[in-house]
Amino acid sequence: MNSVLYWIVIALYSVATLLYLWYLLQPGERLGRASRWVLTAGLAAHVLFTFSRYIEAGYTPITNLHESLSFFSLAVVGVFLAMQRRYRAVVLGSFVTPVALVILLASASFSREITPLNPALKSGWLGVHTIVAFAGYAAFAVAFCAGVMYLLQERSLKKKRLGAMYRRLPSLEILDDINYRCLTIGFPLLTIAIVTGAIWAESAWGSYWSWDPKETWSLITWFVYAALLHGRLTTGWRGRRAAVLAIVGFGVLLFTFLGVNLLMSGLHSYR
Amino acid sequence: MNIVVVGLSHHTAPLEIREKLAFDANGIERPLRELVAIPDVEEGLIVSTCNRVEVYAVARDIAAGIARIKRFLADFHYIPYDGVEPHLYGYHGKNAVRHVFRVAASLDSMVVGEPQILGQIKAAYGYAAEYGTSGLILNRFLHKAFSVAKRIRTETRIASSAVSVAFAAVELARKIFDDLSDKTVMLIGAGEMGELAARHFLNAGVRGVMVTNRTFERGERLAAEFGGRAIRFEDLFDHLHKADIILSTTGAPHHIIVPWDLEEVIRRRKRRPMFFIDIAVPRDIDPAVNELENVYLYNTDDLQGVVESNLEQRRREAAKAEEIVTAEVGHFQGWLSSLQVVPIVVALRSRFEEIRRAELAKTLAAWKDLPPDGEKRLEALTSAITAKLLHTPTSVLKRTDQGNQTDRYLDALRNLFDLSVEVPPAGAEPDFGDLEE
Repeated sequence: MNSVLYWIVIALYSVATLLYLWYLLQPGERLGRASRWVLTAGLAAHVLFTFSRYIEAGYTPITNLHESLSFFSLAVVGVFLAMQRRYRAVVLGSFVTPVALVILLASASFSREITPLNPALKSGWLGVHTIVAFAGYAAFAVAFCAGVMYLLQERSLKKKRLGAMYRRLPSLEILDDINYRCLTIGFPLLTIAIVTGAIWAESAWGSYWSWDPKETWSLITWFVYAALLHGRLTTGWRGRRAAVLAIVGFGVLLFTFLGVNLLMSGLHSYR
Repeated sequence: MNIVVVGLSHHTAPLEIREKLAFDANGIERPLRELVAIPDVEEGLIVSTCNRVEVYAVARDIAAGIARIKRFLADFHYIPYDGVEPHLYGYHGKNAVRHVFRVAASLDSMVVGEPQILGQIKAAYGYAAEYGTSGLILNRFLHKAFSVAKRIRTETRIASSAVSVAFAAVELARKIFDDLSDKTVMLIGAGEMGELAARHFLNAGVRGVMVTNRTFERGERLAAEFGGRAIRFEDLFDHLHKADIILSTTGAPHHIIVPWDLEEVIRRRKRRPMFFIDIAVPRDIDPAVNELENVYLYNTDDLQGVVESNLEQRRREAAKAEEIVTAEVGHFQGWLSSLQVVPIVVALRSRFEEIRRAELAKTLAAWKDLPPDGEKRLEALTSAITAKLLHTPTSVLKRTDQGNQTDRYLDALRNLFDLSVEVPPAGAEPDFGDLEE
């Protein structure tokens, strides 16, 4: 049952991605609506899948790479659908859905077996800490996509090569707005994730902060986004600079998430 | 019952002729009534714009209909027929349908893709409907033309890009700023081009306009006209940070804005984007300004390039649109033919029935020792034969997907079985007398 749901989610995300990419080639109101519906159906199935796994496992299923990648892609889709509602920027989907799909497919490459919970993770903090962290990651993933789109659009406008991509992409202002909005969602969530993580660490390992690689890299990520937010609010780091930083920040964030788990050993190396 | 189109357009007639033939929308009732009073014309409407004057009509006889409408156009305006006739075109059947679909979709316009024509045809149809000069066929025809135009607008990008320099600038601004309603325009120089461009921005809904000019009074006058604010030329850089869109059109022989002038401005704006439009020749703004972060500079040639590529795109999209028109003409012709199917089928049936009854009567009269149920059985037999014979041709005729194939079948049936049937015009009294051969 669970496995079937998982494949349904993959199928729906794949179809939605194809539809959104098709929209990029040939925009049309009906196609845009269809893409959104398929993706929304995929999200519903994904929520159901995650929930059924929660019931089956008895804990928040964000404990290994399969589970966290899967939840990450769920959150990305969720944040995107919320953004699309607000900004009517359908083309954003052409950039976000491939990212969500790749993350989901990556989750498929890890074991989907439900294992007894690692005793160190047995805590009420597990759900809060991980859900908040991945919701934040998802906001930054959408900011990353908006950043890429911004740079593409900015290039068209600067070079005065106003081709098909220029016509499809939304205005710079909208893209910058999405970037900022995602930052204002992602940054507090990341902060909460780090704080809850510290509190949990204190109760589980007896210390708030032990410079574990995950902790160090989370802090680095936090500083990158803090710098962006600060620059934005004080000296007007907007437009190109904000887009570049959103892309850099997401790179650092991916390393914090995956690089640390896969390449470094430490308390957070859950596979 | 034929659709005919008679008229002239910018393709066939110079302005001096077009203006003579134009109809005034306020007094359109009289020409419409005179049009449908023409003996051969059953339904009609008149489209009159500065680029075309056309009559769309349903005529009983194609040649006579077209000739009489041409005559009507000259006579109504009291101008000599011979002076107008060479400029007039007349289409019928498929070509008439295609022509109207193309006109409505703005494929026949002076600037292909400009949408005004559709509104003008809708208005013309509105008058015809109001005065009752359009009927079943024109109603269906015009609604089809509107839906074809809509389909072309949504399925192709024929009208999606600006084809004038000023509009191209507004379009670019929308790709930078999205919402213009909280943006301010600074107009530098009070030249004609700048004024025109500023008006386009005002129409696009910008919040305000500032005007600066070497002679302050002239700038003041223009600012008053725009409901904006005049700035002294020497104070330009004290106010520039308030402007999102800068239109420069001075006659200055050298650059009046160079990158280092803008550093302070950009800082005061907290790097919010600026869009410089330099339509002055020689240029007012140093091209290096385009290199600044979040600053975009377009000069006359850049904008002209945008217009050119948009026009090129429209031409490409027009080819797609023509394909849609061709397909839709086929569908509409199919519907038109199907209108004639029912009367022909009825006539064919009654012809068969007539023959059956006549032959049956002859046989019964001559048959001496007819068994008691003989008449009933012969009746059943002959009925079954005629019904079977008619079944296939009837069902083939009723298929709607065969375009003008149906027309050919109908003609063949008319000739082969000598059926003298024409479809009466909708809304009018059936008038078979005229049509008997």
